[in-house]
Amino acid sequence: MTRTAVAPTSDPAVRKAAPGGAPAPRRSGRRRIALPYLLLLPALLLELLVHLIPMLMGIGMSFKELTQFYIRDWSSAPWAGLDNFAVSIDFDAPVGQALLKSFLTTCLFTVLSVALCWFLGTAAAIFLQEEFRGRGILRTLFLVPYALPVYTAVITWAFMFQRDNGLINHVLHDQLGIGDSPAFWLIGDNSFWALLVVSVWKGWPFAFLTVMAGLQNIPRDMYEAAALDGAGVLKQIRHITLPSLRPVNQILVLVLFLWTFNDFNTPFVLFGEAAPEAADLISLHIYQSSFQTWNFGTGSAMSVLLLLFLLVVTGVYLLLTTRGRKTSDV
Amino acid sequence: MRRIRAAVTGAVTLSLAFTATACGGGESGEATPKTLTYWATNQGSSLEVDKKVLQPELDQFERETGIKVKLEVIPWSDLLNRILTATTSGQGPDVLNIGNTWSASLQSTGALLPFDAKNFEAVGGKDRFVDSALGSTGVAGKDPAAVPLYSMAYALYYNKQMFKDAGIAKPPTTWDEVTAAGKKLSKDGKWGIGVEGSNLSNNIHQVFVLAKQHGADFFTADGKADFTSDGAVAAVKQYVDLMATQKIVAPGNAEYAQNQSLSDFAKDKTGMVLWQTPSQTFASQGMAPEEWGVVPAPVPAGKPGQDKQTNSMVAGINMAVFKNTKNLDGALKFVKFMTSDEEQILLNKAYGSVPPVKGAQKDPAFSDPSLTVIRDTLAGSAAALPQVPEESQFETVVGTAVKELFADAAAGRPVTTESVRAKLEKAQQQMPKK
Repeated sequence: MTRTAVAPTSDPAVRKAAPGGAPAPRRSGRRRIALPYLLLLPALLLELLVHLIPMLMGIGMSFKELTQFYIRDWSSAPWAGLDNFAVSIDFDAPVGQALLKSFLTTCLFTVLSVALCWFLGTAAAIFLQEEFRGRGILRTLFLVPYALPVYTAVITWAFMFQRDNGLINHVLHDQLGIGDSPAFWLIGDNSFWALLVVSVWKGWPFAFLTVMAGLQNIPRDMYEAAALDGAGVLKQIRHITLPSLRPVNQILVLVLFLWTFNDFNTPFVLFGEAAPEAADLISLHIYQSSFQTWNFGTGSAMSVLLLLFLLVVTGVYLLLTTRGRKTSDV
Repeated sequence: MRRIRAAVTGAVTLSLAFTATACGGGESGEATPKTLTYWATNQGSSLEVDKKVLQPELDQFERETGIKVKLEVIPWSDLLNRILTATTSGQGPDVLNIGNTWSASLQSTGALLPFDAKNFEAVGGKDRFVDSALGSTGVAGKDPAAVPLYSMAYALYYNKQMFKDAGIAKPPTTWDEVTAAGKKLSKDGKWGIGVEGSNLSNNIHQVFVLAKQHGADFFTADGKADFTSDGAVAAVKQYVDLMATQKIVAPGNAEYAQNQSLSDFAKDKTGMVLWQTPSQTFASQGMAPEEWGVVPAPVPAGKPGQDKQTNSMVAGINMAVFKNTKNLDGALKFVKFMTSDEEQILLNKAYGSVPPVKGAQKDPAFSDPSLTVIRDTLAGSAAALPQVPEESQFETVVGTAVKELFADAAAGRPVTTESVRAKLEKAQQQMPKK
């Protein structure tokens, strides 16, 4: 809200439209405090409805023996105590083993994907910082993956990755002559790399956009001063750009991490109902455990474990990065 | 001030109202609803084709009864989840189509109206339906959860010109003959037989029949999962070996899940496919009816029949009524209409399937050679998939195991009895404990 919008005015309509700004002269104190909260109420209610209640229900379900016999009325399902959790983390039995393997795959996948997204996004943003002909077009082009609907984009990738008729093998095998026979990308071990390519393709424009915004806040005269002192481009990036981007990167990496770790759409559209073992990301794995084997109790327990893991990682990350920032600010 | 209060009250009321509808209040209180919602499965070559086939019939139903039917055609990939969602929320369609293999699984959720004597009477009686089709409508000994609508069975389709070029005199009827023919066909970039290695349901249909031929089943008589018996392991191995050791299936088929094997067949790249009623798809891919032939699906030796000579599952679509329907009477009227002789003839003709209704089967339209094969298979040598509540889970876990084995075969990794058993063992342990 801008300052001009809250300038005192005699028009009551305008006054009401500006709740959070300068006080209207005749408003009593209590109302002034209550109004913002009342205006937030609809959003809060929806948040409760869309996020919190389902989450609490999910936690409730994780303690129940919830199979297809009870999904019409899940509250009537028998109490399972911690059984669902025990099954999920019993790493000697197939369910736990598969979950652990899927978790480790997801960790490796997330680290690679976030690192590549961040690197590509930052490199592109720095490259496009200088004015040159065609910069606008490039900026627009780079954002295309971000603007496309996920489903459409990923299904196109699925076509391209087909072994016999896909574009990828046409280029790699038919034109460049790599490999004795065309490779499989949608089944077997290569599926991990196929998924990584699509994930990075889809994720890096967000990093690009965020870093580009962060770069706008670095004063140009810092670079000019550095240049006068004889610092080259690489030195400028290392000593000015990257440190100045720190607060931006802190959030960017966290968001990319959470999105990638939880990504469901990309593997689901790319591989269909059953992902290959090598690319069995955890959200799809949990989906399969609950919705395809109709074992909603175990699925919920796995989701709760995932939630706990992400909460801990996020907490530790924020603790470390903010503490680091405070000391560096001093 | 008053205005502020009014605005705030309005906002809160609105959000509460929104909350209420989001919770699924829906419309209610209508005494005799004049509409029905119908979820149809995708039967034709596209969702549009289905709408074109069904809409005129729904209009006809409306003229006869005054009840308007709102049609939604749902792709197979979404259907089971949509039904589960509807079951959980209680907000489903009035009438829906289900894959007949899911009957027992969906029956166990309690979401579908049981067809007891009274409900069967309302749709014209149980005796009107063919027995084999009734065998896939729910757990034995319970009132069926659905009635049969379209029937299908597997048969072996072969490319006449490719057979002629390879010097194969007569189409194969046993597995040995299939392998022999396949080896003659598999050369110069062409292949013997097509599979859909990444299609979980199709994998299940194939290994189920092979298991029967090995004298095994995937469930014990009292309904417990039994995936690792010698017969079941041999069945899965035999199926994957078509690619792994016999080398009569193109490795690329391991990633097929969208009926690509049918287009390979229509494009003269594959000599044979085991499929249920693909004639419409062949036609849409530009293959003329005289270019392909059809024989009963293969058996170990001799002729198709019961037990070890089983050569197909009972495939088909059932029609169910959602228990929560507010228009039970109208829903049953609609089921009666769709299973009437006239509609059965018309719809099954359009989809290239066989009517599960005895009266309609007599129509000359269903006595052309390709449909006679299907009809005879259904009558004499097809078996229903296990009618157990865990059928749907079985499709997922064993279907996935077969998919992974095909991936191994395609990558040139050995597929052994041990590796097959290990995959099936893992699948079995993923089944929910009872």
